[in-house]
Amino acid sequence: MKKFVTSALAATLVAGSVLATPVMAAGTQNIPLLVYRTGPYAANGIAIFAGMIDYFKLVNNRDGGINGVKIKYTECETGYKTDRGVECYDRTKDEYGSIYSPVSTGITYAIIDKATHDKIPVFSMGYGRTSAADGRVFPYIFNFPSTYWSQATAIIRYIAKDLGGMDKLKGKNFAFIYLDHPYGKEPIPFLDIMAKKFGFTYDKYPVPTTSMTEQKSIWLQIRRTKPDYAIMWGWGAMNPTAIKEAASIHFPMDHFIGNWWSGSEVDVKAAGMLAKGYKSAAMHGTGKNYPVYTDLKKYVYDTKQADNLASAGDVLYNRGLVNSAYVVEAIRTAMKKFGNKPMTGEQIRWGMENLDVTAARIKELGMTGLTPPVKVSCANHEGNNPGIFVQQWDGTKWHMIGDFIPAMSDIVRPIVEQEAAKYAKEKGITPRSCS
Amino acid sequence: MFYREAGDFKTTYKADQAIFPIALDRWFVVTVVLVFLVVVPLLASNYMLESILTPVLILSIAAIGLNILTGYAGQLSLGTGGFMATGAYMAYKISTAFPGLNIVFVLIAAGLCAALVGIAFGVPSLRIKGFYLAVTTLAAQFFLLWLFTRVPWFVNNSISGVPTAPPRKVFGFLVSSADSDPIDRYLFVFIITVVLALVAKNLARSRIGRMWMAIRDMDIAAEIIGIRPLTSKLTAFAISSFYCGIAGALWSFAYINTVEPTAFDINRSFEILFMVIIGGLGSILGSFLGAAFIFLFPILLNVMPGWFGLEISVTLVTQVELMVFGGMMIFFLIVEPHGLARLWSIGKEKLRLWPFPH
Amino acid sequence: MDMLYNILIAPFLEIAKSPSFFAEVVIGGLMSGVMYSLVALGFVLIFKASGVFNFAQGVMVLFAALNFSGLLDAGLSIWLAFPLTVLIMVLLAWCIERLVLSKLVNQQDIILFMATIGIGYFLQGFGEFLWTGNVRKLDVGIPQDAWFFGDIMIQQSDVFAAVVAGILVIVLALFFQYTRIGRALRAVADDHQAAMTVGIPLRSIWLIVWSVAGFVALVAGIMWGSRVGVQFSLSVIALKALPVLILGGFTSVPGAIIGGLIIGVGEKVAEIYWGPLFGGAIEEWFAYILAMLFLFFRPQGLFGERIIERV
Repeated sequence: MKKFVTSALAATLVAGSVLATPVMAAGTQNIPLLVYRTGPYAANGIAIFAGMIDYFKLVNNRDGGINGVKIKYTECETGYKTDRGVECYDRTKDEYGSIYSPVSTGITYAIIDKATHDKIPVFSMGYGRTSAADGRVFPYIFNFPSTYWSQATAIIRYIAKDLGGMDKLKGKNFAFIYLDHPYGKEPIPFLDIMAKKFGFTYDKYPVPTTSMTEQKSIWLQIRRTKPDYAIMWGWGAMNPTAIKEAASIHFPMDHFIGNWWSGSEVDVKAAGMLAKGYKSAAMHGTGKNYPVYTDLKKYVYDTKQADNLASAGDVLYNRGLVNSAYVVEAIRTAMKKFGNKPMTGEQIRWGMENLDVTAARIKELGMTGLTPPVKVSCANHEGNNPGIFVQQWDGTKWHMIGDFIPAMSDIVRPIVEQEAAKYAKEKGITPRSCS
Repeated sequence: MFYREAGDFKTTYKADQAIFPIALDRWFVVTVVLVFLVVVPLLASNYMLESILTPVLILSIAAIGLNILTGYAGQLSLGTGGFMATGAYMAYKISTAFPGLNIVFVLIAAGLCAALVGIAFGVPSLRIKGFYLAVTTLAAQFFLLWLFTRVPWFVNNSISGVPTAPPRKVFGFLVSSADSDPIDRYLFVFIITVVLALVAKNLARSRIGRMWMAIRDMDIAAEIIGIRPLTSKLTAFAISSFYCGIAGALWSFAYINTVEPTAFDINRSFEILFMVIIGGLGSILGSFLGAAFIFLFPILLNVMPGWFGLEISVTLVTQVELMVFGGMMIFFLIVEPHGLARLWSIGKEKLRLWPFPH
Repeated sequence: MDMLYNILIAPFLEIAKSPSFFAEVVIGGLMSGVMYSLVALGFVLIFKASGVFNFAQGVMVLFAALNFSGLLDAGLSIWLAFPLTVLIMVLLAWCIERLVLSKLVNQQDIILFMATIGIGYFLQGFGEFLWTGNVRKLDVGIPQDAWFFGDIMIQQSDVFAAVVAGILVIVLALFFQYTRIGRALRAVADDHQAAMTVGIPLRSIWLIVWSVAGFVALVAGIMWGSRVGVQFSLSVIALKALPVLILGGFTSVPGAIIGGLIIGVGEKVAEIYWGPLFGGAIEEWFAYILAMLFLFFRPQGLFGERIIERV
């Protein structure tokens, strides 16, 4: 017994030292993936990471890599736990530290400082720290195409449109159902600001992370207050529960809108037809009806390399695709400046910052309609085009409805800068100049 | 042969009451401390230092804390995460309110806050024990985390609610925040751990420690011989929470760099309890062994297929990791319910004779 | 002053203003309580017969539901999938008894408790290994609509769950009261050694208890799973059942039911009428604090056995 223990401990010590030795494989672009396919958020993770991985495979199989440099990715399972995420980051950063997309607010917050210190960019696509949109204070953090605050303003703009104009917001009452976690609380300051500005009121309904599946009291209250619109900021098991409860109290589903982490197949499937009419924000198109899927089928699915074929075409799968597409485009941009070789974190950061995905480029990628154009700049890491699409569930699948809704950047940006300045002051950072 | 107790003569009572009465033990401990203080920082990689050793040491502090409560005083607690969170949030609050205050004092103050909270939640222990008490301590877990996420004052009204640990220095070395050198951070955590472990070891041998153990072994008998359950149970809660509070503060400041609630959720409480049980109830050494085992074993399982060049999907590895981890846990409990510390002493017994058994 | 008014008077005025809504809250609470009771029942059965605080009960709920929905998805009919899942749970009980419990006889309670957490880890990994971490829809034909009595809304699925729970409790009660095995179980619960002396085979009794607990877990899993889909979060429901246990006592079946109802109603009423004062989500800890205060006055729970200690 004792022998076993000591050898296990010894093995661990050895393991650490072996792991940490950097072995930069020549000629491949190494990309780390902090995945979660187990634990409470597994269902969401499975689809997202399948999308990310399939796109890398597509680039490798179809184009032979990025400008001839093959992509080599490694996965590290975090289970959505922050400490495992940090360990995964440290484990992968030497060999694979090029760009991180953890798809977890907690992990993103924990590695922001580390990544900045290690000169590795973090691409938190539509999540994570909102104030990181200020590229002067957060040079290594990117959260385009849109932050939570922009999203909140866009959702309010959409609701106004649905109700018949911005002036119709006055005197209305909304319900805001959110996960009781930093992620869920993020939009509250903006709802406050907008409530004051447009004259509406809203009630807050936090859902604790430990009882995501028990929301009866919330929906009883909503049944009593009869809000004009319900807005949800949920994740994981909270979403299907909320949608089902809403349906069972006969809440008008077309007056219930989730953010873009509350609008995927896994959220509505359990409710099925009952969820018909439910809307959610989206940062990209839904379904498989894009030219890029023809290539995916030919180069990835038909060669039986799909990571999880069942989720292809799902909202979160598409999000993974778009995430990888942005990463690949950023690397391509960086290669234009630094040459066709594997890019380091620092170089990819430059690529991210000078990323300009135009409509023409999106057409070449076969993603027209899947993702809107975006242009990132040194000062603005949120991109020049924050806003949302709105999608609606018809009982069997999601449909895009209406046009792109731009965010109210005029009220978001000042607060972003103010929060970033506060962070800079606390940390003693001098914001770099972007002019 | 290799482990010798014989020939170690004491001439004063003081020497007889020393913390490590056997010379060999003393030298062993000193060597281990020196190795970890000098050799390890020189040899180990940054990954080892910052993602393996630092968290293991911090968790050891928490495990010592819980061991004081559960192992020595016999009170089962599942509120460890809540007490750690108290330490973390209060350290952040104190540190930002008094930026000039040395981090060591910040830690102590945060520990004291956690101790007060611990006393408050320890009061039910006067009426109940066993699993009833364990479930009641869950109240601390849920209530405290709720409080910290609900009241923006604790995070200085930060909009996101996840403040970043401020950079703080000790003797000119940066020991918190991501910009600090992993070696500095490791040494800082290591020294604190050693000091706290020595204090705990001494506490356990002192009057107060004997009071705890008397209460643990039979509370009514202890009461009859004049030990007051009120004071001894509540001191156990206070000191245990103090340790947990410091561990929580270090976790946020020296390891993950942010103060966030999910780091101290219910799973953390269970994890620490595991460490204590696997390590050995009522053993300081066991707390270290348990922390190392529980923290490292999953990671080891996770990376192991890679060494053998096996291309197994990461998901499968994690599922197998959970299964093996659960299985190992049961296996250990069956084979050695007294924990790794017990294995250690069995090993010492063996070394006394080995390799000449007669 | 305002604060006191808000806490002590305003909520009651609110209740008086709209009694029908209050009735709805209470009914909703009772229904949630039934669901908690279902999970708590599994804990009680095992604790009663073997003195093990089975923390894996939550994961067992998940595991049972995973197997059941997995078998359904594989194309089996409900009438085939259900007995098969019961069989799986019995098999699981057998494995647990053989591989874990029998090796840990005479160990401290805390060791057994830890072992059940180990079982929990194992089952979680094993469940995901078998059926992946995806959310599974579970549709066994439980009605999902609501009835309206005037202003009061009642969920049909809740009523269904309540009826099922009621039947389950009655069946269990009859089983304990009138069958040979039931009597043996009660004997074991009273005194292990005395039971063994009169020739009751302890190990097979444990096997039966764990199987019954597995069965209860399956029923709870179906009820919860058809509401929110079968997914990992089902296993956290166990945390909701713990205060129920304290309130009702670890060893009492009626205690689990009544405790569940009290907690269900209490937390719903507190959340809706008092929650907004504190920013909401007080439900998360309310049950625990309620249970804790309760313990000050009645440490053995509502129906628990009075523990007599001798020096």
